[in-house]
Amino acid sequence: MAKKKTKTSSPAALPFEQPIEDVRSRLTELEELAAQTTHDLSEELAFYRERLERLTNEIYSELSSWNRVQVARHPNRPLTTDYISNICDDWVELFGDGVFGDDSAMATGLATIGRHKVLLIGQRKGRDTKERLACNFGSAHPEGYRKALRKMKMAERMGLPIVCLINTPGAYPGVAAEERGQARAIAENIHEMFGLKVPIVCLVIGEGGSGGALGIAIGDKVAMMENAWYSVISPEGCASILWHSAEGKEKAAEALKLTASDLLGFGIVDEVVPEPVGGAHAHPKDAMQIVKGKIESWLDELLAMPADLMLEARYQKFRHIAQVQSSVESQALGAASHRGVDTPASRLASPSEIHGEG
Amino acid sequence: MGWRLRRKKKDMPGGLWTKCSACAQMIYTKDLQENQAVCTECNFHHTMHGRRRIEITADPGTFQEHFSDLQPKDRLGFVDSIPYTEKIAKAQEKTGNADACLAGLCEIGGHPIALAVLDFSFMGGSMGEVVGEKIARTVELAEGKGIPVVIFSASGGARMHEGAISLMQMAKTCGALQHYRERGGFSISVLTNPTTGGVTASFAMVCDMTIAEPQALVGFAGPRVIQNTIRQDLPEGFQRSEFLKDKGQVDLIVSRNEMRDKLALLLSYAENRPKATA
Repeated sequence: MAKKKTKTSSPAALPFEQPIEDVRSRLTELEELAAQTTHDLSEELAFYRERLERLTNEIYSELSSWNRVQVARHPNRPLTTDYISNICDDWVELFGDGVFGDDSAMATGLATIGRHKVLLIGQRKGRDTKERLACNFGSAHPEGYRKALRKMKMAERMGLPIVCLINTPGAYPGVAAEERGQARAIAENIHEMFGLKVPIVCLVIGEGGSGGALGIAIGDKVAMMENAWYSVISPEGCASILWHSAEGKEKAAEALKLTASDLLGFGIVDEVVPEPVGGAHAHPKDAMQIVKGKIESWLDELLAMPADLMLEARYQKFRHIAQVQSSVESQALGAASHRGVDTPASRLASPSEIHGEG
Repeated sequence: MGWRLRRKKKDMPGGLWTKCSACAQMIYTKDLQENQAVCTECNFHHTMHGRRRIEITADPGTFQEHFSDLQPKDRLGFVDSIPYTEKIAKAQEKTGNADACLAGLCEIGGHPIALAVLDFSFMGGSMGEVVGEKIARTVELAEGKGIPVVIFSASGGARMHEGAISLMQMAKTCGALQHYRERGGFSISVLTNPTTGGVTASFAMVCDMTIAEPQALVGFAGPRVIQNTIRQDLPEGFQRSEFLKDKGQVDLIVSRNEMRDKLALLLSYAENRPKATA
């Protein structure tokens, strides 16, 4: 889990990152050389450092939707377990749905994040093969969703706010999952989360795969990391339905409008959490500290709200997401691009607006 | 989440004979229609049009349609083989409806209710923002009048062409039902062939009572997706109503010709429910 620093070099570079990687390895060579020689290489070093920064900026300012999906899945990207060990103190993991079993794909536990004691729920993917198998590659079974709900109800009784970290390719599509009511488990979570009388903040840290993500993503604050994706289906799934092969995944990623800025524009997420330039995988500690700060300030804001108002606002937000109107209503409102409560069309984010104060 | 379930010949065209997709028998089309699209040979409950569903469910002459002017929009600019807008236009022309949900007020056995019916013939009954909005409004209508809501589902799931917006309809509909339940609501979900994906994983599974028609395919993932994942044959009867009943996922199975009477009976049991406190 803590191995990412030791292998920052090659295997993890994404194809579009190769030019960055080339400059980085030059820089590393030069740094090694500088350490061994008495020559002053500071000018060269400065040149390559500047170049590295510029190139990273350039490439990361023009990522395609598919590139973002790749970044969201990057093997060095911080996972739920990393957030637990980096931004949580006094972590007490809690297990089991109380009925059938425990699901490692859904981590639940008590945690202290800065000044707040919370219930943390995080979808767990695992970093190495053994962990990945244990976590079913991040795809939870019904017992995972029931485990989350059981702990959330407990948190409500304890007066603890809930923090959900979303990172799943989707809920598991298997025989046992169907037998144990995958659909109902997800549906009940969505339903019940509207009634929980404690603040809920949800952050998509990597992949927001459809109902499997939504099953822990009803909250007073719903946010996405800058390079996360969130949609009704994965690009591969979409491509295989439309074109009967996963080959069109780049096109599908584009068509699905699944990036953080797309979803901010639709009013589906309240805020996009910026990542360090070069992605969270390149600077995991910095990325996690940004998240920690955000969670603290969201909770400050929500804990100051009366519970009944908070619940009504939570409902109204989802009730009016991308609001459709009857022709009569839209005539009455004039031709202006009214889209219901709190979802101004003008919020389509440009890169500079991405940090939005939400 | 594919709404595109394999389209079998179950639309019952004008032909004199119709082949049952379940038992492969040739059935006299008129018999099939008179039997409410239930196979006279094998009792398979075929998918039926939304309007016809309302006809056989609501007390005659009581249905008043609501929200029929809600029009789908192509917010993503989604294009696959043809643009989504053309797809909508074709489906509208084919069905005469604006989208895949019909909703309104009616009576069943004299009990006033709000009713929503998904129409599989409109893009596989898939849920985009119009379907989600209509379900939510139907629930709100019921909440306002203090009457029960009954929802018939037949859907391939969330509509891919509306991306995350269609995903959010799962949240919207569940939120509306939660709001309604907190305020004394009573809801019945009827699962019909087929109901899968984001519809099963939202409003269809969080009503107070879950009824299924016999042999209806009901699940989260479609059977093909599961087969592709596990690369094994699926168990006999997998994801059919009877299987779900065995696994404790539905409250009861009701055949189509008994549905109206059974709903009326169930609604009568809810007559004395505590009224809204909020």
